[in-house]
Amino acid sequence: MVGLEHYLVVAAALFVIGIFGIFLNRKNIIVILMSIELMLLAVNIQFIAFSSYHGDLVGQLFSIFILTVAAAEAAIGLAILVVFFRNRGTIDVEDVNVMKG
Amino acid sequence: MTATDFHTVLPEVLLALYAMAALLACVYAGKDALTGVVTWATAGVFVALAAYIGFAGEGANLAFGGMFIDDAFSRFAKVVILLSSAGVLVMAQDYMARNDMGRFEYPILIALAVVGMMFMVSAGDLMLMYLGLELQSLALYVVAAMRRDSVKSTEAGLKYFVLGSLSSGLLLYGASLVYGYAGTTLFSGILTTLDAAHLGLVIGLVFLIAGMAFKVSAAPFHMWTPDVYEGAPTPVTAFFATAPKAAAMAMIARVLFDAFGAIPAQWGQVLAALAVVSMFLGATAAIGQRDIKRLMAYSSIAHMGYALVGLATGTAEGVQAMLIYMAIYVTMNLGTFAFIMSLEKDGKPISDIDSLNMFSKREPLKALAVLILMFSLAGVPPMLGFFGKFYVLKAAVDAGMTWLALAGAVASVIGAFYYLRIVFFMYFGRDTEGASSRMAPVQWLMLVAVAAVMLLGVVNLFGIEGVAAAAAAALVG
Repeated sequence: MVGLEHYLVVAAALFVIGIFGIFLNRKNIIVILMSIELMLLAVNIQFIAFSSYHGDLVGQLFSIFILTVAAAEAAIGLAILVVFFRNRGTIDVEDVNVMKG
Repeated sequence: MTATDFHTVLPEVLLALYAMAALLACVYAGKDALTGVVTWATAGVFVALAAYIGFAGEGANLAFGGMFIDDAFSRFAKVVILLSSAGVLVMAQDYMARNDMGRFEYPILIALAVVGMMFMVSAGDLMLMYLGLELQSLALYVVAAMRRDSVKSTEAGLKYFVLGSLSSGLLLYGASLVYGYAGTTLFSGILTTLDAAHLGLVIGLVFLIAGMAFKVSAAPFHMWTPDVYEGAPTPVTAFFATAPKAAAMAMIARVLFDAFGAIPAQWGQVLAALAVVSMFLGATAAIGQRDIKRLMAYSSIAHMGYALVGLATGTAEGVQAMLIYMAIYVTMNLGTFAFIMSLEKDGKPISDIDSLNMFSKREPLKALAVLILMFSLAGVPPMLGFFGKFYVLKAAVDAGMTWLALAGAVASVIGAFYYLRIVFFMYFGRDTEGASSRMAPVQWLMLVAVAAVMLLGVVNLFGIEGVAAAAAAALVG
């Protein structure tokens, strides 16, 4: 029997993978965008699991909103990435270093 | 029912409709033909809405089943947000036009960001809070990268985007845990389930605070701030340093008191730790900076620390102190950035601190105004900035957190060094060829008016004390 805990464990695991994808990735900014998406989807799994556990629709409503926002966020992230690429000619993480920080 | 709901959210709806209409008009008129008009019109709409909210608003109104709260607290925050955004818009217009950045998207994106901020401070539900926050953030990512041909600006946009999305992710994870253990996303509903405070709820709260601390750039979640402040065009930096900070701070207060007001001990400790780290990091890391925009970034980190001290107390007095502090902070930053925007050398904007050498010889009046602002930022009495710090630290002492007030006082002494160094350069620096300062009348007026406010406010703080007290009472109740 698959219970609530299993969903929560999956969500937590995906979320942590997403965070590590942002911080450990030394290669490509596209991977960072994918990691961000992974984090948001992990949250969605968690919302829907709780929603079905409580028998309450609000969680599913919330996850629909998250999906919408994630789409807008991906569009804006890619747009910024394109203008960055036009200026620098590269999208390696190591090359995002004009300013120290 | 629905009619009254819409009447409550009328300012937000009007502003959103205005932004869409302005966008249509600008696209129809063709490339940037209407930029100047739309900039002033947007500022006018902001001021009109601020007047409407400030004078017509009354009592506490809930709309849409408690999702949207219109009370004295949210009205105070909205007036601060709207007026400071209007100030940034009008003083940026000349800079944008001169530096070939006069795009019509800027005022429209600012208007959309302001809609988001207004929803953030009025949110009575995690869902509305998240949507408001994202509406604000998405618009801000774009304006940070607005200078498309500049490596620095696009890099700033990229960094802001990645770290901002990460913080939204943390915030959402916290929201989902809170929903799971409380069974509702309404703040009032969460408050009633707190008796059976579950560990999961507290973990969710910590994630929420981490996500929100990113937005106010409180250390240790401040990494994006210096780079974004330095890289973004100066008018955009001026905007980042004012309205979004006030909005995010008000949102933190809203969530913590409305949803988690029953367990102030839990989050008070977290906020106190954030405040101490922010104050000391902001004070020490700014010392080595050569770029005035980077310096202002560390300065804003330190100032956020002081505002968090007010919240960490968990009392109405602390919230009142936080509101006064944010209002003063936003005003000071408007004046300072009006000055930074005007600095140029050979027609190119610069932000080097060394270029201020002997500035007082070239522009005595402006140098005097900046001197007043720097003293005020440092918290030297009798400038207004001192009173902001005084209220916050007094609230901490009254709430029995004397150690926090002491830490704040020590950090403000350390921080005074770099503000005073700017003054030193202006009055006693080496006599090198420095920057000139070309100001549009609006910028000049803003700089001098803010400096005057910093001095004259000593009399009665322009009556802001009572308004802030009423706002804090509405929140803490």
